[in-house]
Amino acid sequence: MIFLYVITFSLLILSFIFDRKKTIKALKIALKRFLKILPALLDVVIIISVILYLVPNSLISKSVGKGKNKFISLFIAALVGSITLMPGFVAFPLCGILLKKGVPYMVLSGFTTTLMMVGFITFPLEKKFFGTKVTIIRNVISFFIALTVAFVTGIFFGEIF
Amino acid sequence: MDRKNIFRYIFYGGYFLFVLFSFIFKFNPGIKIGENFLKFILFMIKIIPFAFILIGLFEVWVKKETVEKHLGESSGILAYFYMILLASTTAGGLYVAFPVAYSLYKKGARLSVIFTYVGLAAVCRIPMTIFEASFMGIKFTLIRFFVSIPLIIVSSIILEKYLLHIGFVMKYED
Repeated sequence: MIFLYVITFSLLILSFIFDRKKTIKALKIALKRFLKILPALLDVVIIISVILYLVPNSLISKSVGKGKNKFISLFIAALVGSITLMPGFVAFPLCGILLKKGVPYMVLSGFTTTLMMVGFITFPLEKKFFGTKVTIIRNVISFFIALTVAFVTGIFFGEIF
Repeated sequence: MDRKNIFRYIFYGGYFLFVLFSFIFKFNPGIKIGENFLKFILFMIKIIPFAFILIGLFEVWVKKETVEKHLGESSGILAYFYMILLASTTAGGLYVAFPVAYSLYKKGARLSVIFTYVGLAAVCRIPMTIFEASFMGIKFTLIRFFVSIPLIIVSSIILEKYLLHIGFVMKYED
């Protein structure tokens, strides 16, 4: 995170030294784009706050870890990963715990990869940029890529064969 | 104010009143939801303003010709490599990747490059990757990289073919 701040401020100062007018224009663009995206972003945060309450970590652990069949677990994990959204600093410690509890790598891979790639909650936001149709296509493709990643993970960790 | 906006304000108003009253009357589900909201808003505030300033600087300083040359129709395989670099240093998540993708689009990057960027920004951001590897092991992370990156690039190239076929344009306006 500090990296982001250092880069942003250095570039901003550099830009200001070279061309004041351009820099002010850049800041105006930044503000305008931000305000434009703000309502959709607020929607997303509100939906996340409710979904994370309805689907707490304990429920995720249960639904991801309980299945007797690995493939059913994987499928459930991928679905849960698709509809929830959480930052890495929440998701990976949770997965670390689940791993110690004996949940297969394959299932956790399906969960984390869909978590990152498939954005059911970010749909209202993505729609603004790509339109409904392309958003759906992109997310469906991402879902299958995530499943592929999970299968290969399962193979390499000796969980399938 | 159009109809859609009115619904939106009612929705926001209802949500915030619910959270507020939950805190006053100690209604636990509402308190939890309110805490979740704060947690995420704070997390985003730490990233988003800076990301948008970088987007603004990109818009005024980087020439359209430069982007077109390296990431446009005539660009080669290197374009996808650049996207790995850009995506791995992207902060935040998809909510930052979309505006960045739009800027690239406006400057003339081709669609396959843009969708590659969005896909890669989801899976190979450096801070997240380090975090992942420390909890799940480096093998887990490497498998994910080696499988997802080629698939993202190939599917983006196919997606571009389809999108050109249906005459797709990104309509998001300033």
